[in-house]
Amino acid sequence: MKKYTDSGKKDTRSGFGDGLTALGKNNKNVVALCADLTGSLKMDEFKVNHPDRFFQVGIAEANMIGMAAGMTIGGKIPFTGTFANFSTGRVYDQIRQSVAYSGKNVKICASHAGLTLGEDGATHQILEDIGLMKMLPGMTVINTCDYNQTKAATIAIADHKGPVYLRFGRPKVANFTSEDQKFEIGKAVQLQEGSDVTIIATGHLVWEALQAAEALNEKGIKADVINIHTIKPLDAEAILKSAKKTGCVVTAEEHNYLGGLGESVSRILAQNHPTPQEYVATQDTFGESGTPEQLMEKYGLNAEAILNAALKVIKRK
Amino acid sequence: MPDLKKLNDLVIQVRRDILRQVHKVNSGHPGGSLGCTEFFVALFQEIMARKDGFDMDGKEEDLFFLSNGHISPVFYSVLARSGYFPVEELNTFRLLNSRLQGHPTTHEGLPGIRIASGSLGQGISVAIGASEAKKLNNDSHLIYTLCGDGELQEGQNWEAIMYAAGNKIDNLIVTVDLNGQQIDGATENVLPLGNLEQKFKAFGWDVVTIEKGNDLEAIFKGMETAKGKTGKGKPVCVLLKTVMGNGVDFMMHTHAWHGKAPNDEQLETALSQNPETLGDY
Repeated sequence: MKKYTDSGKKDTRSGFGDGLTALGKNNKNVVALCADLTGSLKMDEFKVNHPDRFFQVGIAEANMIGMAAGMTIGGKIPFTGTFANFSTGRVYDQIRQSVAYSGKNVKICASHAGLTLGEDGATHQILEDIGLMKMLPGMTVINTCDYNQTKAATIAIADHKGPVYLRFGRPKVANFTSEDQKFEIGKAVQLQEGSDVTIIATGHLVWEALQAAEALNEKGIKADVINIHTIKPLDAEAILKSAKKTGCVVTAEEHNYLGGLGESVSRILAQNHPTPQEYVATQDTFGESGTPEQLMEKYGLNAEAILNAALKVIKRK
Repeated sequence: MPDLKKLNDLVIQVRRDILRQVHKVNSGHPGGSLGCTEFFVALFQEIMARKDGFDMDGKEEDLFFLSNGHISPVFYSVLARSGYFPVEELNTFRLLNSRLQGHPTTHEGLPGIRIASGSLGQGISVAIGASEAKKLNNDSHLIYTLCGDGELQEGQNWEAIMYAAGNKIDNLIVTVDLNGQQIDGATENVLPLGNLEQKFKAFGWDVVTIEKGNDLEAIFKGMETAKGKTGKGKPVCVLLKTVMGNGVDFMMHTHAWHGKAPNDEQLETALSQNPETLGDY
């Protein structure tokens, strides 16, 4: 079993901020727009380094998305920054018409996604954004798992032509993927090899999946663990290969089970290789106030929940 | 002064194009299209500095964004007759597999279109983004956009209007088609817009009003004044007072033809009021 070590807890949003800083230095076409959340999105350094390429739009997300679409005309690569809720639900029609349907090269970067936003409560904890974004034709949807991966993804999406939704979060979490990783959009990352059960996780749940795999290992159960950072386009090949090997699948995500990664995996399995599947996700509910840890426990989004789902799905083989 | 006779012939031909496009598919929006015909002709034939051909980035030329995408018939006709695509393609308006979708889109690759529009209220934001890109590229050309008056009921416009003034977007001319009509009736009855001149000024814009928005000379004069106000630290708004359905007597001064096509008999009457000038497609 491979050993993964937390090199020190860090927030994924800082991975975005540091990735953006690196892009600022290396790519003159990159511009950044922010809707009054520069500090929260960790965009301060880009702002200081490149005041001419940083656009503070105020609390006006619809205008921000429209402006970003317009800035691509002339060759700019706009990165918009606000919370996931205001990056998607609030501006769905602007993204749909001015960005996705218009085929514009806009990178919609969304922090504070999911329950781990914590104390602010359900108004800010969007659990529907992956579904909203993956339904848009032509939209690439990425949900990264730690600081290093978020930084790598931020840098990688600048070279991808087309609209991208990049989802990350607020809390400091384990930083365990390699610092110099090559981020390939649409390519799943195999974290553990096992033949008893497949665990497919995205975002903050990837680290939890690794913890669950260790606990399963202690019970003599070998889990295949796959890190899906790109939910669309989804790496069907990696998913099918693993499902054929193990015969059962658990998906894990900080998102509603309706519209999330789990449903995308189900579609691939149903069409190609029907396989028992359990969903670690929120169950069509809003969130609430609490610490991230409390919320992840209450809503069943941690290593323990993944472990239980694995034990359950193995029995269904 | 431009050749008004020639431009007026084009205006009449564009009216015919609008009427024939919507009649053929029994759908589309002739009212607002006819109301803005003179403006489009003036803009594309004389006012904008345009390069030959079309590339999406549009560097070193003036750019135009249509926010009220439903007046696509006038946009398509003027684009075609300004050389962006063959005039015969107007025959495909709103048909299956056409590049001339009901509302303009970049999705089918129609030259001249730089953004999809139709869902209202988004065009000024896009135009501001393009204006910022021009400034970053040290490109001194201007960005033009047209939106409807009823469209200003959408809140996003006011986000954009606030941004443009606060950030000195002075390479932008936003024209508002002030015809006082929207689908459900007069703007005054549906949701009054109040005094738009005062509103734009209060937001920090320069405002130019063109009282005779269907008169080519008045448009040239007003737009020249507007151009003169660019580059001075303020965004510029043109309030273009037009008559919906202009040029077809039974379509004028009413919202009835906002989104309705004429029948065979009505088409014949409308065309007889606008005899062929440059040749139908």
